[in-house]
Amino acid sequence: MKIETEEPEEIEVNMTAMIDIVFQLLIFFIMTFNVAPQEGDFTIKMPLASQPSDEIPLDEPPEIIRIALRSGDEGKISTINVDDDVEAQTFGPSETMFGDLTNYIEEKLAADGDPESEIETEVEFDIDYELRYSFTVKAIEAVSGKIVDGKIKKLIGNIKFKNNSNGG
Amino acid sequence: MKFKKKQKSEILEGDLTPMIDMTFQLIAFFMLLINFSKVDRAEEITLPVSELAVPPDGSLEYKMILNLEPGGNVIFAGQRIQNIDVMGPILNQEIANAERENVAAADVAVIIRSHADAQTGLVQKLISKCQDSELESFVLRVNDRESK
Repeated sequence: MKIETEEPEEIEVNMTAMIDIVFQLLIFFIMTFNVAPQEGDFTIKMPLASQPSDEIPLDEPPEIIRIALRSGDEGKISTINVDDDVEAQTFGPSETMFGDLTNYIEEKLAADGDPESEIETEVEFDIDYELRYSFTVKAIEAVSGKIVDGKIKKLIGNIKFKNNSNGG
Repeated sequence: MKFKKKQKSEILEGDLTPMIDMTFQLIAFFMLLINFSKVDRAEEITLPVSELAVPPDGSLEYKMILNLEPGGNVIFAGQRIQNIDVMGPILNQEIANAERENVAAADVAVIIRSHADAQTGLVQKLISKCQDSELESFVLRVNDRESK
C-alpha cells in the first residue's frame, strides 16, 4: 500500500496591514499624549462661623497673627502689614519682602514657642480684592515654611482668610 | 577590451521583528499613561508656582475641582460658569451627589485651581460662595516649582 505523505504547506500571513495599523495607533497616542506638570496643595480651613465646633476647646485660644496684604498698581503687592496684638510691622515693597516675612514668623515662633504648650498659632490673611493671586500664594508659602538644607521646615499650618469678597 | 559582467544586485532583507516589538512596547507605554479626562484640570489656567506645596492627597473621599479664570469665569466639570454668584445650585447639586455617597458637605474637599493673575478677591468670593453651601474644606492648588 502506497502511502503518500504530503509536505505541509507553509502558510505565509501578510503582516503589512497589521504593522500599518500599529503605526497609526502609535502616532495617535503620541499626538494625544500630554505631559502635565506636578501640582501641589495648600490646605486652608474655613469653618462656618455660625456652627459650633465639635472639637473640645483648648484652655487658651489660638494665637492669631494678622497679615494684611495691600495691593498696588496692576494688582502687584505693595506692602505687608503684620500685627500679632503685641507688635506691628510693615514690610515695604522690595525683592525680599516675602523672605523678611518668613524670617519674622520664624523668629516669632522661636520666641513664643513652647513645645509643651497647647497654644496653636494661626495666621489670618486680610487681602485686598485686587491683589493678584500669585502674590497671595507667595504669602501663604512664606508663612507655611522654608527650605533649609533641602528640607522643608514647617512654620504655621493653620491659615485662614478674612472675608474680603465684597471688594470687587 | 574586457567587459565585466554586471553583477546581479542582491535584495537585502532586514529583519524588522525588533522594530515591531519596540513599536508594541511604545503603544503599551502610551496606553498606560494617557489620560483623556480634561474636565478636572483646565489647561488654559496657569497656576502660581510654589516649592512648598504638598503633593495632592489621594485619600480624599470626595473632591470637587473648581478652575478659576482671570476674568472671573469658573470652569467646573467641563462647564464654564460666567458668574460666581450663580454657582449656588451647581454646588448644592454636587453636595447632594456627595451625600448619596455618605460624604457630608463639611468633608467635601473643594480644590481651587485659580489662574496666577486672577484677583484674590475672586478666590475669596468663590470660597464665600462655597461656604454658603456649607462647604468648609478648601485646597489651593499650585504648580510644584521643582517641575518647572
